[in-house]
Amino acid sequence: MAYFLQQLINGIALGSIYGLIAIGYTMVYGIIGMINFAHGDIFMVGAFIALIAFLALMSLGLTFIPLALILVLIIAMVLTAVWGWTVERIAYRPLRESFRLAPLITAIGMSIVLQNFIQVSQGARVKPLQPVVTGSYELFEQNGFEVNLSNIQILVVVTTFILMTVFWLIITRTALGRSQRACEQDRLMASLSGVNVDRTISLTFVLGAALAAVAGLLYLLYYGVIDFYIGFVAGIKAFTAAVFGGIGSLPGAMLGGLIIGLIETFWSAYAPSGPEYKDVAAFSMLAIVLIFFPTGLLGRPEVEKV
Amino acid sequence: MSPFAEPGKTFGQRLQAALADAIIAGYIAFALFCLLLGVRTVDKVTGLTLAPRPGLLAIAVGIVVFGRLLLNLLVWQAEYPITTPFARLFTSERFERRDLIVLGTAAFVSALLLIVGGIIHWAAFQLIGACVLGFLAVGVVRRVIVYFFPNLPYARIFTIGGIAFAVLFPICSYLLEKAFHLGLPLRYLFDLSILVLTYVMLGWGLNIVVGLAGLLDLGYVAFYAVGAYVFALLATHFGLGFWMCLPIAGLAAALWGVILGFPVLRLRGDYLAIVTLAFGEIVRIILLNWTPVTNGPNGISDIPKPTFFGLPFSPVAGSMTFSSFFGLKYEPIQGIIFLYYVILGLALITNLVTIRLRRLPIGRAWEAMREDEIACRSLGINTTITKLTAFATGALFGGLAGSFFATRQGFISPESFTFIESAIILAIVVLGGMGSQLGVAIAAIVMVGGFEALRHTEGLQSIFGEGFDPALYRMLLFGIAMVGIMVWRPRGIVGSRSPTIVLDEARPIPKALVEEGRA
Repeated sequence: MAYFLQQLINGIALGSIYGLIAIGYTMVYGIIGMINFAHGDIFMVGAFIALIAFLALMSLGLTFIPLALILVLIIAMVLTAVWGWTVERIAYRPLRESFRLAPLITAIGMSIVLQNFIQVSQGARVKPLQPVVTGSYELFEQNGFEVNLSNIQILVVVTTFILMTVFWLIITRTALGRSQRACEQDRLMASLSGVNVDRTISLTFVLGAALAAVAGLLYLLYYGVIDFYIGFVAGIKAFTAAVFGGIGSLPGAMLGGLIIGLIETFWSAYAPSGPEYKDVAAFSMLAIVLIFFPTGLLGRPEVEKV
Repeated sequence: MSPFAEPGKTFGQRLQAALADAIIAGYIAFALFCLLLGVRTVDKVTGLTLAPRPGLLAIAVGIVVFGRLLLNLLVWQAEYPITTPFARLFTSERFERRDLIVLGTAAFVSALLLIVGGIIHWAAFQLIGACVLGFLAVGVVRRVIVYFFPNLPYARIFTIGGIAFAVLFPICSYLLEKAFHLGLPLRYLFDLSILVLTYVMLGWGLNIVVGLAGLLDLGYVAFYAVGAYVFALLATHFGLGFWMCLPIAGLAAALWGVILGFPVLRLRGDYLAIVTLAFGEIVRIILLNWTPVTNGPNGISDIPKPTFFGLPFSPVAGSMTFSSFFGLKYEPIQGIIFLYYVILGLALITNLVTIRLRRLPIGRAWEAMREDEIACRSLGINTTITKLTAFATGALFGGLAGSFFATRQGFISPESFTFIESAIILAIVVLGGMGSQLGVAIAAIVMVGGFEALRHTEGLQSIFGEGFDPALYRMLLFGIAMVGIMVWRPRGIVGSRSPTIVLDEARPIPKALVEEGRA
């Protein structure tokens, strides 16, 4: 029971990070109907920007950790958002009217570019960071097994839920959210009604990238080690989460993220030779979800238009 | 197209707009690169530290600003874009006078760069000059040939010439070396050609799936891995030879393609892509962790080489070998030449099968499905079967290439079958132009062979500094090229593939056919 509870806590923390990345996939898919394959790598870029910004602030003599973290969060969100905007501008906007596979291929190309850019500019070795947020609470003890809730886990979950709420409000209450939903329904009609479609799509990428940067920072703090390849696997898992929750649905992405995080954690904890095969579990989930529940938990069935 | 490419503006207005645009681009570039290029993380005993690189950052931002400014002034905003004459070299349009002036100036400047670079020993100048001159020379030669012989079947000549060269190259260079002792690096040349041909074959195999059927398969390397492991396991456990295992490995891969394909083929294009990617990774992780069978990360070694009708190439005590049977002196290079012909044969078979299949109903169904799946279904084509056959055919050739890879290397491990490999093969297909056989071959030669050759080029270190390894930048350039091709030439570099079948005239339908119900 204690072991189960501990895994539950770990799974929720991991799932929150997946959920944050999944929102980027789901928003972009909702609005232009393509998988932004490079989104996982935007997350990785965000993690690197956060790492470098944190080290830079430390070396400038800022040692008050909470302030440093808030500054890092802002820097990472802004700079990663610029990356998201640039990727959309260079690789996706010129292809909006091109043939079906074209944006998908550029997305893969962009993903390769981002990975290798980071590999070339920052080196291929893993980048460790000493624990920044330390300390934990002991919830209870059973048969000598302690159930711990660490501060970093609290930070991850609380940050995620605050941001989720903020984004939910943006989508449902603001003019930007209204134009996003308009573009989602019918891009041509939206532009006829005075919605700036290009700008709305750009902003969607910007918001998605900013959330991915938050996920990158949390991942960095949670695991304490990043490399140029983390975006690949995390991206696929977050995409699974987005589809599982119902692609195009914001709460769905969060829910899907939590479920994928829990599945991965419990698989590692309980399945025979679980840790080696935890990615297999996640990838199999992806295949199963896509084949059997392509509309996901909270999604609407898609009508194929001719 | 730049947003302010409006005719009728004065030069001053243009310059102002271009400058503003370039400066904005500079700010964006600074935001992108300030932390990632401007600072490098360095491992120290005490932990990570930072080392600033302001020079690199300034160069990167400078390139963006000036590049954008020049592009704005000379291409996007200009009434006469500077790229026009260069593009015109590769068409059959008439040259205007200003085209000739631009081309002449380009040739003069690049020749000057080449000469000056030679005098002051600056390899970067020489490289730029040589590249521009080479480009111009290719264009001029093409124009001259096309001017004198406008109606030759160039694609066919190119294909036949290429095949003839591929067939004759090893024998001729071997004999030349024997006769004149030129000191050619034969071993290196053949190894490189074998590598390139393996990618040509993989590209052609994937081309069936991506280029013809329009299914984006991101896990192609899984079939390559299945072929390699099936052969390696059969050879090491049961002592079967290469030729025995080749068809088995191919069929196993095709079967694997059907097994994987069956559940996923109902999915839409982008979902299909990501599921194939997941399957590719699953196969690799299983190979990595199923230690009792695959020997895990240590891989399988001592995989036998192919024999020439039962005659081995390397000397075996007490048995006939290739060299003793034909009364030749034993040389290791004989085995390598044989491997070259094996992969050449396999690649040509792949090509032949693809070309023939394209003319069969199944091939036409593939191409129809690529263009419009819903229309295809409405016409009564069973898209599931069509997709499955494309998947299985592609997988078959992937498997054959895989067993060749295993026999050539003599050692395989899951390391060789990562997603990067799939990405390289996909990049070759995309760059060559999806569906174009010749384009894929050229892309494989340029991207794989070119980079391997660059690795051994001496001058590069002096341009980019000590320790420069072009292989590091290979995937970066692959990615950039994939994006660039899709944006500017979605049909590929060579890509002017004509449809396999065109209805060029309206023919009355014969009465007999109508009665038979065939029209």
